[in-house]
Amino acid sequence: MAEAVPFGAESLAGGRARAARRVLDQVVLPGEELLLPEQEDVEGPGGAGERPLRLNAGARSRLRVVCGPGLRRCGDRLLVTKCGRLRHKDPGSGSSGGVYWVDSQQKRYVPVKGDHVIGIVTAKSGDIFKVDVGGSEPASLSYLAFEGATKRNRPNVQVGDLIYGQFVVANKDMEPEMVCIDSCGRANGMGVIGHDGLLFKVTLGLIRKLLAPDCEIIQEVGKLYPLEIVFGMNGRIWVKAKTIQQTLILANILEACEHMTADQRKQIFARLAES
Amino acid sequence: MAAERKTKLSKNLLRMKFMQRGLDSETKKQLEEEEKKIISEEHWYLDLPELKEKESVIIEEQSFLLCEDLLYGRMSFRGFNPEVEKLMLQMNAKSKAEEEDEDEVVELDVSDEEMARRYETLVGTIGKKFAKKRDRANYEEDENGDIKPVKAKKMFLKPQD
Repeated sequence: MAEAVPFGAESLAGGRARAARRVLDQVVLPGEELLLPEQEDVEGPGGAGERPLRLNAGARSRLRVVCGPGLRRCGDRLLVTKCGRLRHKDPGSGSSGGVYWVDSQQKRYVPVKGDHVIGIVTAKSGDIFKVDVGGSEPASLSYLAFEGATKRNRPNVQVGDLIYGQFVVANKDMEPEMVCIDSCGRANGMGVIGHDGLLFKVTLGLIRKLLAPDCEIIQEVGKLYPLEIVFGMNGRIWVKAKTIQQTLILANILEACEHMTADQRKQIFARLAES
Repeated sequence: MAAERKTKLSKNLLRMKFMQRGLDSETKKQLEEEEKKIISEEHWYLDLPELKEKESVIIEEQSFLLCEDLLYGRMSFRGFNPEVEKLMLQMNAKSKAEEEDEDEVVELDVSDEEMARRYETLVGTIGKKFAKKRDRANYEEDENGDIKPVKAKKMFLKPQD
């Protein structure tokens, strides 16, 4: 992460857009325009050279490209809105052209539909709970949005409880709404998180790194002692172990592993395994 | 005097149902069109040129779920919370199963022919259970032990004089 990634200053000053394909895994800055693979053939380098011959010159295959977080659509091009590294994922099947996004780092969470988050209940008003999720507004959670909840059978939720739920409505115009139930009506692990344990905050990028399928940190942590962790996409992690000391050690490891190299991490785990 | 001058009826009166029964269909249509015109002129509209929406190839999504395959957010290790461990297996297996193509051919334990044979005899055995005492005598057993089909019932024969 500490390597210097050089990029041509003239491309920014001259305003010439770069091809997205060539900038993968490099740092991009807000304001840059990126060309999709279809357009870069036409606006090729130099322009004065011969156009490459294409068999189906008339019909251009239009693949649907998804632009993810950190990118916006600007005509036919992608406009970068956050600084970070550009990533791309090929689609396994289907006609879509893949997903482009910017891997950026931030601490402030913006509610997004479908995200699983940890919230703290701040108020009970009538039929809804107000849940603080770290965004600009508290989200609303209806008391019927729990598994097996009816008008007579209310869920046992108090002010100050921790809730693991997902957003059903989250845009810049409306107050976010969350539920603790999935589309089939099952809880799937969502709902009130048990007593004890410790809730702490980390950056959003660390959460995504820890939730990656091949994350070594989680595998190593799981070998230490019995524990339970809940990750919220809003940067909140809840941990619980058998004793308070173990819980605190776990919290410190997870907070610190963002800035440690793999060697330092292995040293620390070795030391812990001994004691 | 009254016959010289035709009394002028108001528009509202003419629009009433009983006055329109005598009219032709053409005049009716004209009246309807005039009504529609009045109503549509009252509506407000924007006086802008028609903008053609360009067919966009790019879709904007703000969620990281599409970009990266993330694991399920609740985790438990070394048996701390057995329910969560069960959930972990379920949710992570679900996401993997969606990726892989399901090309499995279900292997049959019992072949179709054998199934048909068993079913044939099964009908007889179950039928025996529900047959009345008199009819049970009709269920004879074959050499192999399979049940033969039921014979015809003996009906009352009227004596012929």
